[in-house]
Amino acid sequence: MVFDQLKAIIVDQLDVAPEDVSPASSFADDLGADSLDMVELIMAIEEKMDVHIEQKQVGNLTTVGDVLAFLEAHRAAGVAE
Amino acid sequence: MYTMISGTGSALPENRVTNHDFERLVDTSDEWITTRTGISARRITSGENTSDFAARAAANALSSAGIDPLDIDLVIAATVSPDSFTPTVSCQVQAALGLSKATCFDLWAGCTGFIFALMTADSLIRSGVLGRALVIGAEVLSKLVDWTDRSTCVLFGDGAGAVVLSQSERPGILAHFTGSDGTRGGVLRIDGVPLVNPWIADPQPPKPNSVIRMDGQEVFKFAVTAMQKSIRRVCELSGIQLEDVPYIIPHQANDRIIESVAGRMKIPRGRFYTDLDQRGNTSAASIPLALDEMNRAGLLAPQMPLLLVGFGGGLTWGASMIRWMPNSTQDS
Repeated sequence: MVFDQLKAIIVDQLDVAPEDVSPASSFADDLGADSLDMVELIMAIEEKMDVHIEQKQVGNLTTVGDVLAFLEAHRAAGVAE
Repeated sequence: MYTMISGTGSALPENRVTNHDFERLVDTSDEWITTRTGISARRITSGENTSDFAARAAANALSSAGIDPLDIDLVIAATVSPDSFTPTVSCQVQAALGLSKATCFDLWAGCTGFIFALMTADSLIRSGVLGRALVIGAEVLSKLVDWTDRSTCVLFGDGAGAVVLSQSERPGILAHFTGSDGTRGGVLRIDGVPLVNPWIADPQPPKPNSVIRMDGQEVFKFAVTAMQKSIRRVCELSGIQLEDVPYIIPHQANDRIIESVAGRMKIPRGRFYTDLDQRGNTSAASIPLALDEMNRAGLLAPQMPLLLVGFGGGLTWGASMIRWMPNSTQDS
């Protein structure tokens, strides 16, 4: 499941407890991520989930749910192509 | 014929600027700076220019190698912050130290400049064109910093490092790996002078002073990727296993970059030698500065493999694998 996979990456990259990660979690406010943590997290998601996320889109990804929605849309787009 | 490093030297400004000093200049704090960069202090010039630090570092490297100034055939200075377009920093060092037999030129490759200069000098010596070289990395970045931009002004420091390269019977410099990508150059910029002449109908307005501008997140991503690739490739090219390298000497830009590379490559953080806590990012000077510090601290043992790795504006990246030779084994 996409959420479980994403959660595992977030737990590993941001060094947070799994129970603290929900779709509503804000990376900055709830998970303590600064801008460079976000860059590293995006790099890890790109590598482990085989997606490409443009740097200009990163600013829109403020919660775990935002990333989930991005991944879902990316998959939908991938299927449609 | 091979090449080895037979001496090291460095030079720093006296003026030490702490993170707390920045709290008076811009909206920042010691905590903000240290958690995002690993930098606590940096040296900032209070008068000396790039060529002054370069000459002092070069003089120290010559005395460390025990080599007469007249025995130097080549001086390459890597810098992005020369005193002037011409004369070059390397020619100014020649004049200051009386290196009258040397051919002198500067090399411009951002923070990777020292690696590119080392490769160039190594190639000229091994091919027999020239005998002994001074390779210098020297910067006064403080004159290129936007002192109102809190995201960049805290990052940089001034200083210079230098090495003497000599011919040797056994290989001291083992391999280089380098690369560039001009298509991504825009993420790290220092503008040049405006285009002005009588035939330009619409001259560009005079610009404020050139300053370092960078997209920190893009640079971070590039740096982490380029460093990993450079480390892997220079190990392959030199035939040295990464596990057998006691010290990796990285370009000292940001501790978070080094931590990220260490974590991804499963290399213990302690094997990366860093001094950026006290130096900040000194661009082309950072690797030779760190090497000289390690040499003077007695951390380097004969035959020890050392991996130097850098990345920077251009974009450029590269690594060199060397085997440390004490200066007592230098050729006569």
